[in-house]
Amino acid sequence: MAQTFDVNLDDYKYGFSVPEDYAFKAEKGLNEKIVRQISEMKNEPGWMTDFRLRGYKHFLERPMPQWGGRGMLNEIDFDDIYYYIKPTGADKAFESWDDVPEDIKNTFDRLGIPEAEQKFLAGVGAQYESEVIYHSIIEDLEKKGVLFLDMDAGLREHPEIVKEYFGTIIPPEDNKFAALNTAVWSGGSFIYVPPGIEVGLPLQAYFRINAQNMGQFERTLIIVDEGAYVHYVEGCTAPTYSTDSLHSAVVEIIVKENGRCRYSTIQNWSHNVYNLVTKRAQAYKNATMEWVDGNLGSKLTMKYPAVWLMDEGAHGEVLSIAFAGKGQIQDAGGKIVHAAPNTSSVITSKSISKSGGRGSYRGLIKVAPNAHHSKSNVVCDALILDEESASDTFPYIEIENNNVSIGHEASVSKVSEEQLFYLMSRGIPEDQAANMIVSGFIEPIVKELPMEYALEMNRLIEMEMEGSVG
Amino acid sequence: MTSSLSIKNLRVSVEDKLILKGLNLEIGLGEVHAIMGPNGSGKSTMAYSLAGHPKYEVEGGEVWLDGENLLEMTPDERARAGLFLAFQYPTAIPGISMANFLRTSVNAVKGQTNGNGKKGIPITEFRKLLNEKMSLLKMDKSFARRYLNEGFSGGEKKRAEILQMALLEPKFAILDETDSGLDIDALRVVSEGVNALTGPDRSFIVITHYQRILNYIKPDFVHIMYDGQIIESGGPELAEKLEAEGYDQLIKEHEAAQTAA
Repeated sequence: MAQTFDVNLDDYKYGFSVPEDYAFKAEKGLNEKIVRQISEMKNEPGWMTDFRLRGYKHFLERPMPQWGGRGMLNEIDFDDIYYYIKPTGADKAFESWDDVPEDIKNTFDRLGIPEAEQKFLAGVGAQYESEVIYHSIIEDLEKKGVLFLDMDAGLREHPEIVKEYFGTIIPPEDNKFAALNTAVWSGGSFIYVPPGIEVGLPLQAYFRINAQNMGQFERTLIIVDEGAYVHYVEGCTAPTYSTDSLHSAVVEIIVKENGRCRYSTIQNWSHNVYNLVTKRAQAYKNATMEWVDGNLGSKLTMKYPAVWLMDEGAHGEVLSIAFAGKGQIQDAGGKIVHAAPNTSSVITSKSISKSGGRGSYRGLIKVAPNAHHSKSNVVCDALILDEESASDTFPYIEIENNNVSIGHEASVSKVSEEQLFYLMSRGIPEDQAANMIVSGFIEPIVKELPMEYALEMNRLIEMEMEGSVG
Repeated sequence: MTSSLSIKNLRVSVEDKLILKGLNLEIGLGEVHAIMGPNGSGKSTMAYSLAGHPKYEVEGGEVWLDGENLLEMTPDERARAGLFLAFQYPTAIPGISMANFLRTSVNAVKGQTNGNGKKGIPITEFRKLLNEKMSLLKMDKSFARRYLNEGFSGGEKKRAEILQMALLEPKFAILDETDSGLDIDALRVVSEGVNALTGPDRSFIVITHYQRILNYIKPDFVHIMYDGQIIESGGPELAEKLEAEGYDQLIKEHEAAQTAA
């Protein structure tokens, strides 16, 4: 059956921009001078400058991956990108919205961040271009020793913790884009949750690109100590420009014994942003790491949140939703490495392709020789809304122990005529009926999100589905 | 008599095969009509065609619902005009809760405006209405949280159809073999649900293969369908005659009459 749903790029509600007002804007392109300049401006210790240069060196040496982007990666013009932009007034993150420069405050107001902060968040970080412009955490958590800072402040105020963990989960040589991030990183979040502390409400970071041809390279490090819990949520948007921007983040997480971390992403970049992100967590004894990863925006997303299960009883989960509309490639999925016995993991992936978009599941399950009695289950479902769109599945499985249980299921379906007719026969118009079927499809993942984000996710999907059904 | 539904010489094909071959039927307001017939006679095709399923191609004829031209409407417009089809095989839609679906449907069909100027029945009011109708159909409250028709037993699916009808309060309802696959207890509950809705403002077509359901839902008229046409019409006694003699006898008589003519 040929159903066509038109996506209208003009429907992207976050495509606005405000005039540029910057304290510093590095020249376009990347060289060693710029890497040093960034480190110098931030007054970083020497080891970090060296670390950046190590990343830069590897970035130059490492060839461009020729998988995942269907050739799109080769179109990135690294000389046409601003690698560091510091907004005026962004010498440190403000703790009150009243101090944030007006244009930037207005931007975050339009994105609903201060409102969400008041309603249901324990802390908020807001990054604008290269710098975190606002940061705050509720006092109660601060008293309990929870650290929630922007990464630069983390390095300044807690250099010993940063030095111990930074780059240990994702070394500069991990991949080309992790290397690039290491060289020019700026902003991102630094979180430490002390033993036994449960952070009841989510901590949220919001990443906003405003400038054209911008490269945003935030770096996040989260340490969840023994028996502690945190839920971290990130959102992101950018203006719609005719030229491309690049977002390349690195996120490293350590979850210690009996700890639990949930990291939720609602990625809604405009359709001119390359989103090439490396995310990896290590989960220790009986610890749980969960990635909830929603990818709606961007031109090309390549992102496979990973969990390394380091000790017995560790559990890893990846819940991934991707929506690929016109001109978009969402190459998403997850990776789990079972590096210890009696570890378990689940990957659930749902992709929706529409108007020529391409949604792929790419995932890896690896079981080390010693990881006996490990269990893993992978379910990936694709929903294709029209004849122009497509979906691919690349499940990689490497098992080096025979005494394990591994399951893999994959399905591809189309919105069926019978389902549409059934809903329409109950008075529901066709476009709304199609929306319902799509939200039903992603429901198993959306229901894992806190209510506010679940509503946001459904609303965003509805916006992507907007336009005529023909 | 004001006619609620008027079908005139309806011809419908499915995948280029003509199934309805000039169907005529007049149904008055508040009447219950039973349509009986052997398998393949076109009963379900009639039901789907009236509801507007895209696979059923209307080749000719007219259908009027309360003076509105039904065949010009999309399926959702037909539902909003007051037509309801209880499916023989309801479709499962994963991830959509019954409660969410029912509320969306009720809002679409009834389209009330609540106090805030927003369209739709307030959630508390809807919940009350839903609980009321569910207890009428002896359905557990947890039913509302389940996904639409997913993993439902045959009996649950049929109850869910009648529940939808009870909430939407259509002017005109078609029950397509609602009795099939029901045990005697479920049949009674479902029939009671239907009977609670019969009245002077609502008309029904009850499509069935067997006479059994007509012991519970009393029709005003009974029609026998064969080869895409109504071949005989009468009162409730026709169903009893059919039960006694079977379809073969009636069809033979019909074919003899056709040859004689």
